[in-house]
Amino acid sequence: MPDYTLKIRRFDPESGRPAYWQEFGVDLPEERSVLDAILRAKDEQDGSLSIRCSCQAAICGSCGVRINGMSRLACNTKLSEAAEDGRNGAIVVEPMGNMPVIKDLIVDMDAVHWKKVQRVVPWLLPEGDPPAREYIVDPESMIDVTQSMACIHCGACVSACLSLEVDPEFIGPAALAKAYRFVGDPRDAHTEDRLLDLAEDPHGIYDCTHCFACVEVCPKDVAPMDQIMRLRRRATADYGIKDQNNGYGHEKAFTDLIEKYGTLSEAQLLPKSYGDGSLIRAQVKPAALKELGAKFPTVIRGLTSGKVSPKTALLHHKLQDQDQIRRIYEEVESKEDRLELNLYIVGESGGEEEGATSEGGQEE
Amino acid sequence: MPSHDVLVIGAGLAGQRAALAAAEDGASVGILSKVHPVRSHSNAAQGGINAALNPEDSWESHAYDTVKGSDYLGDQDAIEIMCKEAPNEILTLEHLGVTFHRNEEGRLGTRAFGGASAARTYYVADITGQAILHVLYEQLMRHDEVYRYEEFFTTTLVLDDDGHVAGCVARQMRDGTMELFAAKTVILAAGGNGQIYNPTTNALICTGDGIAMAYRIGGPLMDMEMIQYHPTTLAGNGLLITEGARGEGAHLYNAQGERFMENYAPNKLELASRDVVSRAEQTEINEGRGFPDGTVALDITKVPRKRIHEALREIVNVGRDFAGVDITREPIHIKPGNHYTMGGVKTDKDGRTEIPGLYAAGEVACVSVHGGNRLGANSLLDTLVFGRRSGKHAAHHARNHQMPEPPHSHVDDEEAKLRELIGRERNGRRVSEIRTELGRTMDEHVAVFRDEGGLLEAAQTVQRLKEEAKSVAIDDKGNVFNQDLFGAIELGFMLDNAECAIVGALERKESRGAQFRTDYPERNDDEWLKHIDLTLDGDRPNVSYSEVTITQWEPEERKY
Ligand SMILES: Cc1cc2nc3c(=O)[nH]c(=O)nc-3n(C[C@H](O)[C@H](O)[C@H](O)COP(=O)(O)OP(=O)(O)OC[C@H]3O[C@@H](n4cnc5c(N)ncnc54)[C@H](O)[C@@H]3O)c2cc1C
Ligand code: SF4
Ligand code: SF4
Ligand code: FES
Repeated sequence: MPDYTLKIRRFDPESGRPAYWQEFGVDLPEERSVLDAILRAKDEQDGSLSIRCSCQAAICGSCGVRINGMSRLACNTKLSEAAEDGRNGAIVVEPMGNMPVIKDLIVDMDAVHWKKVQRVVPWLLPEGDPPAREYIVDPESMIDVTQSMACIHCGACVSACLSLEVDPEFIGPAALAKAYRFVGDPRDAHTEDRLLDLAEDPHGIYDCTHCFACVEVCPKDVAPMDQIMRLRRRATADYGIKDQNNGYGHEKAFTDLIEKYGTLSEAQLLPKSYGDGSLIRAQVKPAALKELGAKFPTVIRGLTSGKVSPKTALLHHKLQDQDQIRRIYEEVESKEDRLELNLYIVGESGGEEEGATSEGGQEE
Repeated sequence: MPSHDVLVIGAGLAGQRAALAAAEDGASVGILSKVHPVRSHSNAAQGGINAALNPEDSWESHAYDTVKGSDYLGDQDAIEIMCKEAPNEILTLEHLGVTFHRNEEGRLGTRAFGGASAARTYYVADITGQAILHVLYEQLMRHDEVYRYEEFFTTTLVLDDDGHVAGCVARQMRDGTMELFAAKTVILAAGGNGQIYNPTTNALICTGDGIAMAYRIGGPLMDMEMIQYHPTTLAGNGLLITEGARGEGAHLYNAQGERFMENYAPNKLELASRDVVSRAEQTEINEGRGFPDGTVALDITKVPRKRIHEALREIVNVGRDFAGVDITREPIHIKPGNHYTMGGVKTDKDGRTEIPGLYAAGEVACVSVHGGNRLGANSLLDTLVFGRRSGKHAAHHARNHQMPEPPHSHVDDEEAKLRELIGRERNGRRVSEIRTELGRTMDEHVAVFRDEGGLLEAAQTVQRLKEEAKSVAIDDKGNVFNQDLFGAIELGFMLDNAECAIVGALERKESRGAQFRTDYPERNDDEWLKHIDLTLDGDRPNVSYSEVTITQWEPEERKY
């Protein structure tokens, strides 16, 4: 049986000592989990080693930790994998980030995660009295929100989120995914209020920087960032809700430019984002002016260093096989509705490719 | 001192449903849980929840299946109530927001489950328990009149001088403070005892605390020998492959490639009752037709990929992460494994126990709707129906009862006990050693097949372990999240549960439901169509019997 070394960050609030590292050697087969190893160390070496855990099957969401720097569940991380990424032969286990540590690997999820969940009014608000039988809804809509329902509130995304690190007030990936669960639910009668609320909150849906960290770490393929993007799309496309940071305009300008040129024309991005292409219209918007002003030094630097010439900046060249890109656009736009594949919906053929990659969710 | 009309211990489905029902009835409610409520073990239920909601289906058919499934040990009055109230319970959940699977018309859609004569299992992909648990928790977040005590570990129930329940003592896990709770009524909803087995499909928190706490203050337990082995669990770690897999069309094969269920249940095949399928598998394995790792094969590859992804995703993950098998492409090796506690704290159909003011609901309780064998997807239903009924009746009872004022000495006594435990020098075994030996012993002797010799051996081992447990010492001397301490308390609870299960199994000299005695291989209605009640007497369970309620279904031979 392989011998693994765990290097665990310990903290005992009653000792008056700062956090410290401690190593434990554990003999276990390679397919066993990091949680098994921690529990083995706890059972046989030091019973005071503390970690929340219960199901041992990636269901209860108790055992979120950082393993070799990555936020994940200890119970579904195999020892062999963890050892490969380990440092100096040791598997490094720390408490999750962005939340205060209570003891060893236990963090205060109430103070951060659950507070944020409570913030999104996390209960269904239907209109009027319920029907005599069930609400009749589109079957796909139920499957659609089930992806957010699959969240086990483990906190891994909260721990990994870069925006949260910068802005602790950010509502954050898990709570926003929870918000989508109601926005996407046709039984809820407050879709617009919810979206308005989340769009106007400066720490709401536009506070996400699109960094993918939450998608990468989520053990249940909830893909919180994708849920946030859906919230944004619904807010702007379905309700014309104005986006404080102009995220939707930015996204549209982005895709329009790619459609036209195949690559990104930086010079046109900002005016287009705000003014839909017209520099004049963009410039009357105070937010755009402010941002243009703020970007001015960068533009000047680019020009003086020769990295950008006024000509290339304004007359962006097209890619040679731009036709192919056009075709992708036509294909996507010819689909009825917004086709939102997700975790529980794979294409008719049942192949892995569709569904699997579309929401960045599913692995292998 | 926190005081409530209704104090609920446990925040799984049964506890949360009870708390909401009591609050709706105007009671002041507190709900205590040793883990955050959404971490409760109810979240592991993948398959679904039964109800005869389709116009073509009927509650009578559901009730008959349940009675037959129970091997006639279920109380038929309680089963009738459960099956009649099931449709409403599903609709209530749907209205609260559970994202149940829909059929093409957008109405609630079903899947097939074992032991059922109609497809009447409602589900949310394969996260049914989690989805319901989270939706109920949404309601708890919404109703702040229900006071939540999250990460509070209850160590003992408290009675007043008249033997009426008066509250409980609990330890706040975060800082170790001991708190006395006063309550006019207490609802136990602390779940099952799967951890007395190793391996088990149950989570680490399922240590039978509620069963032991009721037993210790004199509440009778019932049918503790009835412990379900689920037919499809992974060999090494006991993880569950949901019955939904067989419901969706998966087959079982032995190592010779035979679909052996044809020999045991020619009509229902893989969808016979769990006890029947588990025994069939164990027989194949024992008679040498299993795989070398002591398993048989479950083949899900027959189910279309699209359907697997839509309805069985969780077990795709389980196969991949915990067995290294892609279940959409190859069969997976499985065996019967400990799964469910049919027995528990004896209650009537309103959740009342024999101790005034004390109620129990969910897996901790034995109403009994499951009798000798629980049908798949009937347990979530049990938690909800009897959770709600307990909540409602407890709220009523509280209205005519004064708030008790239990003396502070209760906390002092508990605190003294725990201080002694924390301060103990190590000279005996570790908690984990005793726990492992207990689990192995139960899995060896109190499993699918039992006999007197094995049971006596198990009884002896458990007596020894109880002695050893008296001198266990722990490493953690602190107050903050002293999990070491909770482990030691749970060990005590588990040993009481195990002792009662073995006494029940020795007592019942027949084969019925989950209890198969190779030395008494027949069901014997003349002598054993009765419940076995166990009451604490000194430090041993005292055996007595009670009637099984029969309304309209006379016992007959069980064929699938
Ligand atoms: C893997 C698996 C799959 C299943 N699938 C299905 C299915 O598809 N359909 C079905 O109907 N049933 C299924 N079941 C059974 C069903 O999930 C359980 O029987 C049911 O959820 C039990 O619910 P409960 O509310 O009684 O207890 P639990 O959900 O176990 O909750 C117990 C609660 O008590 C609390 N508690 C315990 N001890 C203490 C203490 N000392 N102090 C304070 N709090 C305490 C815990 O914190 C927890 O909140 C499944 C079971 C398993 C193991
Ligand atoms: S994508 Fe957004 S929500 Fe997700 S981790 Fe990055 S910043 Fe946070
Ligand atoms: S979204 Fe994923 S990572 Fe975040 S809390 Fe939920 S399950 Fe965990
Ligand atoms: S122990 Fe439940 S998620 Fe890891």
